[in-house]
Order: sequence, then structure tokens, then C-alpha cells
Amino acid sequence: MSTRMMNRTIGRGLLAATLLATFCAGVAQAEEIRVLNWKGYGTDESWATEAFEAKTGYTVVHDYFNSEQEMLTKLRTNPGTYDVVMINAAFTGQALEEGLIQPIDTGKITNAADLTPEMAQSELLNTGGKTYGVPWVWGLTSLAINDKAFDQKPDSIEVMWDPAHKGKVVLRDDALEAVQFGAIATGQDINDIKDLGAVKEKLASLMPQIRTFWSSENDWNQMVAAGQIDVGTYWSGAASRAKVNFNLPVSFVIPKEGAVGWLDGLSIPAGSKNVDAALAFIDYMISPEFYVEWVNKVGAPVSANQKAVAGLDESAFNRAVLGDPAVAERVVFQKPVSDENREKYLQLWQELKAANQ
Amino acid sequence: MADSQPSAGRGQLRPALPLLLPAYLWLTVAVFLPLSAMVFFSFVTDLPMAGRDWAATLEHYAAFFQTDLYGRLLLRSLRLGLEVTLYCTIIGFPCAYVLAKVLKGRSREAVFLLVILPFWSNGLVRVFSWAVFLRGGGVVDLALNAVLPFEVSIDLMYSYPAVVIGLVHSYLPYMVLTCYLTLQAIDDSLIEAARSLGASRLTVLRRLIVPLAMPGLAAGAVLIFVPVVGSFMEPRILGGRSGTFYGTVIEDQFVAVFNWPLGAALSFILLAVVLAVLALAAPVLRRHGA
Repeated sequence: MSTRMMNRTIGRGLLAATLLATFCAGVAQAEEIRVLNWKGYGTDESWATEAFEAKTGYTVVHDYFNSEQEMLTKLRTNPGTYDVVMINAAFTGQALEEGLIQPIDTGKITNAADLTPEMAQSELLNTGGKTYGVPWVWGLTSLAINDKAFDQKPDSIEVMWDPAHKGKVVLRDDALEAVQFGAIATGQDINDIKDLGAVKEKLASLMPQIRTFWSSENDWNQMVAAGQIDVGTYWSGAASRAKVNFNLPVSFVIPKEGAVGWLDGLSIPAGSKNVDAALAFIDYMISPEFYVEWVNKVGAPVSANQKAVAGLDESAFNRAVLGDPAVAERVVFQKPVSDENREKYLQLWQELKAANQ
Repeated sequence: MADSQPSAGRGQLRPALPLLLPAYLWLTVAVFLPLSAMVFFSFVTDLPMAGRDWAATLEHYAAFFQTDLYGRLLLRSLRLGLEVTLYCTIIGFPCAYVLAKVLKGRSREAVFLLVILPFWSNGLVRVFSWAVFLRGGGVVDLALNAVLPFEVSIDLMYSYPAVVIGLVHSYLPYMVLTCYLTLQAIDDSLIEAARSLGASRLTVLRRLIVPLAMPGLAAGAVLIFVPVVGSFMEPRILGGRSGTFYGTVIEDQFVAVFNWPLGAALSFILLAVVLAVLALAAPVLRRHGA
């Protein structure tokens, strides 16, 4: 039968291809680095990997994860497979504790000198005087306002409690975000909330101001477009998209009391066979040339490299709003939250919502 | 619901067995097993998954009584269920009556189609379309202001009434359909006989039509009441600040904190309460139905 013959031919072809691939892989081993990241999150842009290959001769191969837990599992079960891994700074400590990542010699990364000091020296990424993660990009959860409702941009978180905006305030329907917001409003450390009672009281006094709880970017943008809200908690990236992509009168506010930040870092797994190539790749990832192109072609969070942010247009959101060095001082980066605290926060949040109707 | 069927004799059951088997097999696999798993989860400390320690416990059921949060929300949900059922009855019964007794032929088909049409659309679409109507500056607001000489501001969005409106709209077809079936079965000559014997229209309705339609009314009420008490999607989208109900709290346990055991325990408490409510209501409904 012709189909059987065809199958056999294909089979042979596959066999040959596999052999060839194995052979090539053996040869190319030194010239290849393996990166573990979210899909479509910067490192795997084809123009970037091509530029990196042209510059250094290393080809870049990607593998992806869909959750932080999956990322950790992949590092645990495949030691020596990856050379660079993208880890949210809240999880870098856990990866280090489990011995999954190795110290990084930042002296070999030329662009490291331009990193925002607060992030480069973040205790989330540094332990015992050694660096286990290079800060890459970051973003914020803070406030955003409807420009039409304000003559002057507010500078304090207290604007949410302002009676002038009663019934025009939104909060995201998320226990963790709400509790951390309450912690900032009561002057507490979001990662170590000592007085949960004060947070509850503060949030309880906010409830009569609230119009609704938003759950998606689309909710938020529609409410602004319909003039239903004046101010609310929002994400930096979402506020930027609302302004740039949808032309909405939205401004992002980083109040003097502080804001919640997340930080993504690049680390080198413990068993990496190609540390030099990994360092070169991290160097490229935090470089201004990569970052500016990433923002302009695709859209990206804020780079931890001050020079990279300075390379953007002066009016660019990531430079004008978040690039301000004074902002970095006010940002508190989120640490991991235990299940126990998570449940405690949810109960507090549910009680608040149920009490106010 | 209301009247008991005469039980089938043993002789009739045996030949029917092969026909019943697929249905019972399906019920076992699709309903009984997952539900049993949930019962099991509600009695353990953590999900029995790889790497997690777990032990048998009653703490999740105890949690219900440790704060008044859950009890209060459950009462609120029960009240919502009663209100929605009431409004569905008030709107649905006359609608079903007109369909069954007044309209004939083509027009009946057309109205019937209009009644079930919302059923064919996705629930989320229905709820979001209400959002467009109810909000300030929305369709209702604009239409009223265009007609009325004075300025009014209708902004029902994110309130308890918005949740009720959304739920009534979603569940109304159940009431119309169940009432339509029982009303249609009422022989017209009964009504004519009552009228010819001097009964007023109101008496006919009160003494004849409503009692005869009671099985349909009861079935519709149960079909509406039970899911509304546990509803979470409509309250979340339309309720805003006042959209916290027992159902949304259960949803949070599953979705937000991954605490399945507590979520499962809360669900079974809801099930027990709903069954108790129905058991209490059953004699009342039966008396009317007889």
C-alpha cells in the first residue's frame, strides 16, 4: 500500500532528523541558552532573540510556565536544563531556599550599574551579600483618577475618603489588594501587617464612598467612559493602556503614602551549563536598546534600568509617570503571602462587604 | 411537587429496567460521584493532593457558626430568593394565563417564542445587557428624560434592585413555562360552567384557576427559588457594593483562596437550609393543590 510506504518513508525521515538534531545539539550545546519565562513576555520576541544571536552568537531556546508553581516545579525536576529563568521577586527567596538558583556575578553585567539602586539592592533579590536575581521590569497597583473630576491631581491616598467623591470611588474585588491598600492608608508595612483591626476600620470607613467593586480592566474603563467614577485603585499598566489605547481621561497617581509594587527579576538556575551566555542574555535584557524597542513595538512594564527608561519618549507613560526617581522610593514590593494570611484577609474583606448593605 | 404519583407496580418496573439503566448510570457518574467528592472535601482540613497533609475535621462546618457573617448572608440570600420568586409569580402567571387561554394560533406561537428567547442566549450576555440599561446615563435614564418634562436621574446599577431585576429576567421563563403547562390542561368548559353558575371572574380565578394551576406554580417557584438563593454571577455584576450574597462568598472560597473544603461545607449548609425551607413549604403547597 502506498500509505504504508509513505509512513515508512516518513518514519525513516523522522529517524534521520532526530539523529541529525541530536548530533547538532551536541555540537551546538555551548552556543545555546535555554530561557524559562511566561509566554510572550519580552524574552521570546523574535526580533530580540535574533538581535542577541547576531551580537553574541548564542541562540536562544524558550520553555514556558503558566504559574509560579509550575516554574518552580520545572526548576526542581529539570536541573541543568535552563540557563536563565524569570522569577517574580516574591518567589526568588523560595527558589533560593530550595537551592534552585545560583548567585550572580553582577560585575560581569555591564548594564547592571544603571539599575535603580532600590531594586538592585532589594532584599527580595539579595541574600547574604550575594545577588540571586537581577531586577528586570516592574509595575504598580495604586490609584487612578478620572481627569474630568479633578482640577488638580491629588497627591494623597486620602482622596478616596474625600466626601466630594462619595459614590464615585471603586476598589478591586480582591481581598489581598484591598487589605494591602488599607495597610498603606494606615501607614503599615504591606508585607507585615501588625494591626489588621486598623486596616479593617479604615476600609470600613471607605465603604460608604464605594460605587462598586471592579474585576476587570474593561469594567474600570467603561465606568470612566460613562462618567460613573472619579477615583479608584488601578494597575499602572492598565492605566497606561486606558490613556494610550482607549484615549480615556485617566491619570495614574502614586500617592505620598506609597504604592504596592511587583518586581520581576532574572535569575540563573543552579545547574546552568552556560553561565557566561546567561549573563550576556541578562545584560541584553536590561539594556536600553532592547527595552526601548520592546515598549515601542509591543508595550511593556517599566524597566528597572534607569537609562533604559530615559531612552523612552519624554511623554511616554513609563517614563513620565513611573520613571520619576522619587516614585521608586515610595514603592513597597510585594512579598509572598501565606495561605493562612490569605484566608484571614478574605474573611475580613467579606465581612466588610457584607456589613455594608 | 404537590401531588404524589401512584407508584408503579413491580411487574411494570422489570421491563422498564433496561430503559432506566442509562439514566441512573448517568446520574451516578455525573451527579452522585462529584457530589460525594464534595461531601468528602467538606470534612477534611486540606485538599488531599500531592504534598499536602490532610485530616478529617468538622472545622469548616463550625466556621459557619463562629461568625455571624455567613448566617447573615444566608438570610439575605433567602430573602432575595423569596422576592425574586414572588416577582416572577406576579409577572409570570398572568403572562402564562394569556398564553394558555387568550391567545390562539400564530400570535400564541410568536409570544411563546419571545418568552423563551432569552433562554437561548448566554446568561452573561443577559446580565451585561441589563448593565447597559440600568446605569446612569444608560438607556432607561435617557429615554425617561427624553419623554418627561422634568429632569430625573435613574441609576439603578450596582444596587439591590438591579440584582432583583436581573434575576427576575433570567428566571421568569421557568414560571411562565410551568404555569402555561398546567393552565393549558384546564378544561375551558369548567370555567364556562363556573361562569354560567354565577361565579364572578375573581371567584373563578380564586376558586378554580389558581388551585388547578397550583402544581405548575409550585414547580416554577421551586425551580426559581433554589438557584436564586445560590446565585453569584448576577449579584457580582449588577450588585456592586451591595452584591455580596451567600453564593458570592462560596465562589470566593473556590476561586480566590482555593479553600475548597470551606466552600464545600458552606454549599452543603445551603443545601440543608434550602431543603428545610422546601419541606416546611410542602404541606402548605399540597393543601392548596388538593
